[in-house]
Amino acid sequence: MAEFLQFAFSGLTVGAVYALVAIGFTLIYNASDVVNFAQGEFVMIGGMATVFIMAAGVPMPLAAGGAIVIAVAVGLLLHRLAIEPARGADAVTLIIITIGASIFLRSAASIVFDKQFHTLPPFTGETPIVIGGAAILPQSLWVLGGGVVIVTILWAFLTHTILGKAILATAANRLAAKLVGINTSYVVGLSFAVSAAIGAIAGILVSPVTLTRYDVGTLLALKGFAAAMVGGMGSPIGAIVGGLLIGLLEAFGAGYISSDYKDAIAFLVILAVLFFMPTGLFGRASVERV
Amino acid sequence: MLGVEDLRSGYGRIEALHGVSLEVRAGEIVTLVGGNGAGKTTLLRAISGVQPVTGGRVLFEGADVTRLSPHRRVELGIAQVPEGRQIFGPLSVEDNLRLGAYRKTHGAAEVGKDLDKIFAMFPILAERRRNPAGGLSGGQQQMLAIGRALMGRPRLLLLDEPSMGLAPILVDQILAAIVDLRSEGVTVFLVEQNAFAALSIADRGYVIETGTIAKEGSGKALIEDPAVREAYLGV
Repeated sequence: MAEFLQFAFSGLTVGAVYALVAIGFTLIYNASDVVNFAQGEFVMIGGMATVFIMAAGVPMPLAAGGAIVIAVAVGLLLHRLAIEPARGADAVTLIIITIGASIFLRSAASIVFDKQFHTLPPFTGETPIVIGGAAILPQSLWVLGGGVVIVTILWAFLTHTILGKAILATAANRLAAKLVGINTSYVVGLSFAVSAAIGAIAGILVSPVTLTRYDVGTLLALKGFAAAMVGGMGSPIGAIVGGLLIGLLEAFGAGYISSDYKDAIAFLVILAVLFFMPTGLFGRASVERV
Repeated sequence: MLGVEDLRSGYGRIEALHGVSLEVRAGEIVTLVGGNGAGKTTLLRAISGVQPVTGGRVLFEGADVTRLSPHRRVELGIAQVPEGRQIFGPLSVEDNLRLGAYRKTHGAAEVGKDLDKIFAMFPILAERRRNPAGGLSGGQQQMLAIGRALMGRPRLLLLDEPSMGLAPILVDQILAAIVDLRSEGVTVFLVEQNAFAALSIADRGYVIETGTIAKEGSGKALIEDPAVREAYLGV
């Protein structure tokens, strides 16, 4: 039982990060139909920029704030310089552009930062909390709690502000959004900025547990994308469930079978889900009448 | 109020509008009739700025708006009820309406008043205000699309086939609503395949054929025109 709990907690911690990456995918995909494979780079920038700003003697909260600002700036530049000029291009072209952008950002990070592994100090110490025989790092609770707070704020923003509703409207019908006067390219830029901020916060929260390096974004983007697909591309709830599911699968796979196969186990389950439910667990069943 | 001068537009290499010119004066209801593929929707989208223009000009109150982005035109007072309604399906009926006032800065109280006006105009929308708009029937969605456009307090309302797919009684209701709008000072440019109904409420009308204006005249004159009757009124 203690073992089970241990795996579950570590799975949820990693899963929360996948879920945040998947939400970033979902947000941008809904607003613009762009599948942004540079999403993992925002997570990397969050962690790495915090590490290097702190190394310059800045206290952690300020450094974290700075890292989020940098990630948002990168997100806005990505939209402005790479996505906006290709407006109207087909989905595959846009995917190739974001993959190119992710390779560029990774290379740039290896030069601006370095190629070493780095870590951040845990926010509130390293003494594990024991629950039911399982030891949980306080930082894991920060990751989970942070995830809950981010999702709540995002939900409130989207459903209770006119700007958030403009994002939802653009996602639902871009032509109609333009016709009611929504500046859709502003909305898409905003979705890149918000996704970048969410990614960066995830990176800052998780770096004390998992370490960070210039190239951690690649696998995160893949897992986050898989989470979004399993949940049903475009569904925010699907992104959260998908992320947690993949995190748990990995943790249990690594714990009960073999850590060598943890990625394989996760992807095997994803293939199975998509084979039987091609639109994902929460895939959109169209209710619109014509 | 609205001037279209030698407007050209198309899709890829295929030109859909071969130099269309027309005008809509303040306070008028002007109808544009034409068959499938004649360029009606292309023209309305070009006027709203969501369809690229390859030549000619769009003038609104004397100012050239041809290069203005769609949201700037909405700010100036050009609203459109698009073909196929294009409501925001997952959002509630009320949110759809409130988004119609997205560009307006006249304050929450005024938006609330406008909302009540739309609900008085289409009471069924008030009953369904919390429901997702995608679950409304076709006629209700059409009312919602019109209500949403009106929430922006437009001075010029462009309507693209508002009667499409609706039961005759609903068509009458929608047309009556359009006539009421004119009396409130909204200028209306109405595109219809249902030519008889549309021309009967219009001050003036144009006939568009394969991307050019073939005829123009008062609504009454067009209804009585033998060629128009044969081609569009099915008599």
